[in-house]
Amino acid sequence: MKNTVHSPLEPTPRGKTLAGAVVIGYALISLIPLVWILMTSFRTPQDAIAYPPQVITQPSLIGYVNLFTTRSRVSSQELAALPPAATWYEDLVREQQMILAGPSRFSDRYLNSVLIGFGSTLLSVILGTLAAYAFSRFRVPGKDDLLFFILSTRMMPPIAVAIPIYLMYRAVGLSDTHLGLILLYTVVNLSLAVWLLKGFMDEIPREYEEAAMVDGYTRFQAFIKVVLPQAATGIATTAIFCLIFAWNEYAFALLLTSGTAQTSPPFIPTIIGEGGLDWPAMAAGTTLFLLPVLVFTVLLRKHLLRGITFGAIRK
Amino acid sequence: MGQGLSDRALAWLFVGPTILLLLAFNIFPLIWTLWLSFTNFRANRPGADVLWVGLGNYSRVLNDEAIWENMRATAHFLSCSITLQLLLGFGLALMLNRRFRSHSFWSTAILLPMMLAPAVVGTFWKYFFEPQYGIFNYIVNFFGSPGTFTMLGDTKLSPWAIVLVDTWMWTPYVMLLLLAGLRSIPPYLYEAAEIDRASEWTKFWRITLPMVMPFIILAVLFRLIENFKMFDLVDQLTNGGPGSVTELASIKLKREAFEKWRTGYSSALAIILFVAIYGLSLVTVRFLDRVKQR
Repeated sequence: MKNTVHSPLEPTPRGKTLAGAVVIGYALISLIPLVWILMTSFRTPQDAIAYPPQVITQPSLIGYVNLFTTRSRVSSQELAALPPAATWYEDLVREQQMILAGPSRFSDRYLNSVLIGFGSTLLSVILGTLAAYAFSRFRVPGKDDLLFFILSTRMMPPIAVAIPIYLMYRAVGLSDTHLGLILLYTVVNLSLAVWLLKGFMDEIPREYEEAAMVDGYTRFQAFIKVVLPQAATGIATTAIFCLIFAWNEYAFALLLTSGTAQTSPPFIPTIIGEGGLDWPAMAAGTTLFLLPVLVFTVLLRKHLLRGITFGAIRK
Repeated sequence: MGQGLSDRALAWLFVGPTILLLLAFNIFPLIWTLWLSFTNFRANRPGADVLWVGLGNYSRVLNDEAIWENMRATAHFLSCSITLQLLLGFGLALMLNRRFRSHSFWSTAILLPMMLAPAVVGTFWKYFFEPQYGIFNYIVNFFGSPGTFTMLGDTKLSPWAIVLVDTWMWTPYVMLLLLAGLRSIPPYLYEAAEIDRASEWTKFWRITLPMVMPFIILAVLFRLIENFKMFDLVDQLTNGGPGSVTELASIKLKREAFEKWRTGYSSALAIILFVAIYGLSLVTVRFLDRVKQR
């Protein structure tokens, strides 16, 4: 090997350029699928199934219009007999030889995802914060075993848990309800919330609360007024991880909901089934569904490692 | 100090709800599954008589040739996807660790796929794999494969399709973990090696790899657990097909439990899978401890 004078931790300029080229190359290739889906959402159904695939096409909002509407096909005579379209999207629908029949269920499913995501996140963060504080500060009998038990609940395959939960929910009337999914996602996220938050709590010096308690606060007041504000970043980070899990979850949603409480992940694939292969509408739904997660990922980037390892690696 | 509740009472008040919920939604269902696994219960016939069949379901699962096919498919998926993710992830981590300009921007860009919903990822990759107009198939054809290339319809290629998409999605995860490993290596080790005029090759094998090893094992552990449980991506991408070549254990479980409604039989399968995951994780954790002690 050639002997160079650079510091052992500082790679050569050529080494850096090479590294940059490799990483940027990989990043660009791995982002193609996401860019392609975004572009497909602005195509017409004809362009989306063209061969060879077209990179640049005339942008169209048909995908988004189809995503939010249901339509029915009419003959050209009927179409000609109609009064002029009142809105731009009605125009787009008529260009496809169809008329508007009503709204689709996409916005309901999206709203369900939001409700269930935020509901379960709120619950698991509240419960997780309390438990994490206790595990961090108090002598809890069998603490290590309890913590390991909490972690091990994450190893259960969702389908295995789904069998008894399905029977349980059927018996108590929680099938296909928002509350049912909120409770379930709360429980699934509890292990992550407790472990992550315990890590964050451990980093807050005990002296802060002790000082507050010397000043006459009770332990509970010290927890609310001193510890919680200190843990705000950790709580927010944990909340985003819980939200993303609940947002992305598919297996339970597929098996335990069918209509009222169905979330987006089991719904989006069924868009394809309505009236042939409507890829632009599916791509539009996918784009709207993935967008919040992409934003959250960028916000979280400094804490990602901690989140995906349940707080095992803090850095 | 301390008026109000004693610390002891507060501790139970704080931990109690979490433990109760976990008992109700994890332990109780687990015990129920265990009980169901000894019966011939069928969830679609709630009124029928439930008979105790002892270990009958277990022996049927373990003697079922089809289950072993599923296990082989699962083992293929696990070993290939995790190996690929380790190689690619380690390579990328080594490159990112050189801290070229804008490295943090590009590492965030690389991380995006792992945060997405696996079911939705499965759906849009199905579009890329479409034999008539899919972009992936077009690119493969462009670089000169026989004209009738199809990925998801081919019994040889379909298992590789799920490996490919899983690798696309989870390489960033392994990369992120191993990058943390690389950054935890104390600089003085390399400085000492420099004084000894060790070659880059020697430094890699004697310092980098051993120091990152615990992180590699941790990555394998997390990926093993997640990919063993994995259902959503494959359900959407191939739904186990063609035939049952990509029917992983979790897909099989769903079919038995929620399509054929053989609740007792599938409960036995669920218990076996849970024990397998648990066992695999324990072995990996043991191994991790051994490596850490060295």
